[in-house]
Amino acid sequence: MHKKDNNYSGKDRIEGFLWLFFFLVTLWLLLTSTFNYQEFLVGIVISFIIAIVTHESYIQLGFPPITLKRFGFLILYIFILFWEIIKANLDVASRIIRPSLPINPGVVIIKTQLKSDIAKTILANSITLTPGTFTLDIEEDRLLIHWIDVKATAIEETTEIIGKRFEKYLKVIFQ
Amino acid sequence: MTWGWWVTGFGVIFLFLGSLGIYRMPDVYNRLQAGTKCTTLGAFCTIIGVGIIEPTWFWTTLIIAVFVLVTNPISSHALGRASCISSVPLCEGTKVDQSKGFCRSKDNDT
Repeated sequence: MHKKDNNYSGKDRIEGFLWLFFFLVTLWLLLTSTFNYQEFLVGIVISFIIAIVTHESYIQLGFPPITLKRFGFLILYIFILFWEIIKANLDVASRIIRPSLPINPGVVIIKTQLKSDIAKTILANSITLTPGTFTLDIEEDRLLIHWIDVKATAIEETTEIIGKRFEKYLKVIFQ
Repeated sequence: MTWGWWVTGFGVIFLFLGSLGIYRMPDVYNRLQAGTKCTTLGAFCTIIGVGIIEPTWFWTTLIIAVFVLVTNPISSHALGRASCISSVPLCEGTKVDQSKGFCRSKDNDT
């Protein structure tokens, strides 16, 4: 749990502010999609105001400093996640169409080695997006998962099947 | 140009399957499964398809799709957790239930 303290150093503040500002300007450019001098100016002003007001909450999220290796793994992770999403959709869709409705549901626990809240959030979201699993609750390092087709019940096995394929990338990105 | 129609049509099929799943599944949790899984790809393909039909909108639609992708699991997680806390029963034929010790309302603890 994060406690609310506002004692960030000046360096942290400036770094957080710059990243947020950069992100917002990029988002604005993609949304307007045409490069127009006046629009761009308005975007910069608005991004500046939003970044000043909200940079504290951004720092609180605790993103790690960006390096080339982390960035590479992030791109790789996005591709793997996308592939898993497609598999998940086809899997669940095929279960829905079949007249016998072949589901085998259950609620299981998996363990995670990730420490920071943002990493756990991303892991939980990825699990929710992929084959027949979705996150019900998190307590410390254990995640409660609803699984549409239970293949194992022991914690080690469920962790191996559900969590490992994402965790190995997230570990590199966040630690 | 015609590719856009195909992609949109593909997405619509998944949206339909998602709603069919919500109708057919036996309990809240399985319905949420159908609701998340199929609508993710369904919404994604539908929105991206519009972007392909109208190429000037492509980046805008891509951002909308990414936001849908990021927020969709959060809403279904919130619904699932709420059902779990208010102890909505699991359907018959559920294999395991290890939810003991989880799903306590944080407000009651303190």
